[in-house]
Amino acid sequence: MARYLLRRFTFIILTLFLASIIIFAVTQLLPGDVAQVVLGQFATEAALKNLREELGLNRPLYIQYLDWATGFIQGDWGNSMVSRTPVFPMVMQRLRNSSMLAALSFMCYVPLGILLGVIAALKRDKALDQIISAVSMAVVGLPEFVTGLLLITFFAIGLGWLPANSSISPDTTFWEALPYMILPAITVSLTNLAYITRMTRSGVIDVLRTDYVRAANLKGLPAWQVLTRHVLRNALLPTITVVAMGIGWLVGGLIVTEQVYGFPGLGRLLVFGIQRRDLPLIQASCMIVVAVYTLANFGADILYGLLNPRIRLGK
Amino acid sequence: MALATGTPNSQLGKKSSRFLVTWRRLLRYPTTIIGIVIVLFFLVMAFIGPYIAPYSYSEQNLQHKLEPPSEKHIFGTDQLGRDIFSRILIGSRDVYMVAGSATALAVFLGLTLGLFSGYRGGIIDEVIMRSMDVIHSIPPLLLAMVILFSLGPSRFNVVLVVGFLYIPMVSRVVRSVVLELKTRQFVEAAKMRGESSAYILFKEILPNVLPHIAVEGSMRFTYAIFLVASLGFLGLGVQPPSPDWGLMVGEARTWFHVARWVLLFPAGAIALLVVGMGFLSDGLRKMLLPGGVSDV
Repeated sequence: MARYLLRRFTFIILTLFLASIIIFAVTQLLPGDVAQVVLGQFATEAALKNLREELGLNRPLYIQYLDWATGFIQGDWGNSMVSRTPVFPMVMQRLRNSSMLAALSFMCYVPLGILLGVIAALKRDKALDQIISAVSMAVVGLPEFVTGLLLITFFAIGLGWLPANSSISPDTTFWEALPYMILPAITVSLTNLAYITRMTRSGVIDVLRTDYVRAANLKGLPAWQVLTRHVLRNALLPTITVVAMGIGWLVGGLIVTEQVYGFPGLGRLLVFGIQRRDLPLIQASCMIVVAVYTLANFGADILYGLLNPRIRLGK
Repeated sequence: MALATGTPNSQLGKKSSRFLVTWRRLLRYPTTIIGIVIVLFFLVMAFIGPYIAPYSYSEQNLQHKLEPPSEKHIFGTDQLGRDIFSRILIGSRDVYMVAGSATALAVFLGLTLGLFSGYRGGIIDEVIMRSMDVIHSIPPLLLAMVILFSLGPSRFNVVLVVGFLYIPMVSRVVRSVVLELKTRQFVEAAKMRGESSAYILFKEILPNVLPHIAVEGSMRFTYAIFLVASLGFLGLGVQPPSPDWGLMVGEARTWFHVARWVLLFPAGAIALLVVGMGFLSDGLRKMLLPGGVSDV
């Protein structure tokens, strides 16, 4: 187990390092002249020169990268070019908001998705399964801005139950923000819910086919005991990987959903940064998203290791 | 299938009976039929849309802006007085072109990399697959957004970016199939006969990878439509006045409190096509890879 964790951890660090190079390269190397990209086509030569000076674009590339990377690790993320204030507190505040929304969605769709998947698998090919499967297949493909705007149309504008707009002040507390997070959370959940339902269903069906489940049935174990002791224990293990893989979708879904509802999260900050061509803001938000994403995957690895005896007891 | 003895006639019989079996399998899943109908419908629209559209997609008519659906404009008009029905019709060509080219790019490069990497194995395989992992470690939408920030948003760049982002997924699937096939007897036999690597790759392995590629490709296409539309919605993809459906929804957001049709029709078109494509790719999987329920 310790070796497994160590290996995963090393891999995570390496991934983060390489991902930071990609982000740096994409934002700072790819455009050719960053100053031109930031200031636009019609910038004067003097303004370009000033900006190059300010961002240190005249230095060798590896120094620019090292400078940026060490600054990032130390929490010195530079100043926003739009608001001229430090990026770090801004990103952290938005990260908190996005995390609240993500956590709320996560708590909705993971249990519900597993439940629906298990039901569909047990009722395989019956009407209930076909309904669950067809609906989840349909929903899994819907972009968040489509489901989100439809939800707004019906629940906010039509019925007036919930606010249509979630552009609250970024420092709102969780309980105050809760009513504004319900529709966004449902929006984010739908896609992931369908995905987890489908994956759980196929996982459970695989396990139902095994000899040990047949043996347990044949020896007369009550159906619910076969389910809890044999089926779920084995079927849920791969589901952890599925949930972890879904986190990539969760991140993408959050970016779009925050934009739909105007929710002040990291995704909205990133889109804002891109619209205003605010380089330090873009780099920092991207890096923090990637870091959180990678750590979440690491968490899933740990959980997987803890629950899987072959890894837990292995050397 | 017992008829397959080699005369042209029985060959034909074999083919048509296989076709029948496939067809019957297909009919067992009504969702697949729905999917095929939807996808074909939009495909036909992509071809004939520009010719049958009642109005141009970019022609503005400010005197008739935000008009509700009527006989003249069956889907109504948008904030610039453009006919929404015509824009959606003509936009379906864009969807197929942009998402389709992106998928083709991803499938072609992913197939090449996966075949090569899986067949060669060793250090090259390790390097290719690790670099795929690194690309994969950044959420696709995020990476697409920053790359488009740098390259500038345009139709061509969207194709490049989306295609590039899906290479890891395709190559991973191909590689795992190749690894499995490599240990099979018919490949071993070909090696024993002294066939060249190219022969084994293209004549023995590739035909068996194709069903997987068809399923994976159809899934990638679904996600590509999804991603292209999301980028359009965020304003980072295809740019106005192009009739990109995602972009239309994004632009409609400001207006849909007063004019719901501006948003509902393009959003509905995206939903319909994506769902149809999802049904279709699921049907393809059941048809071409029966038994493999659990692959992602």
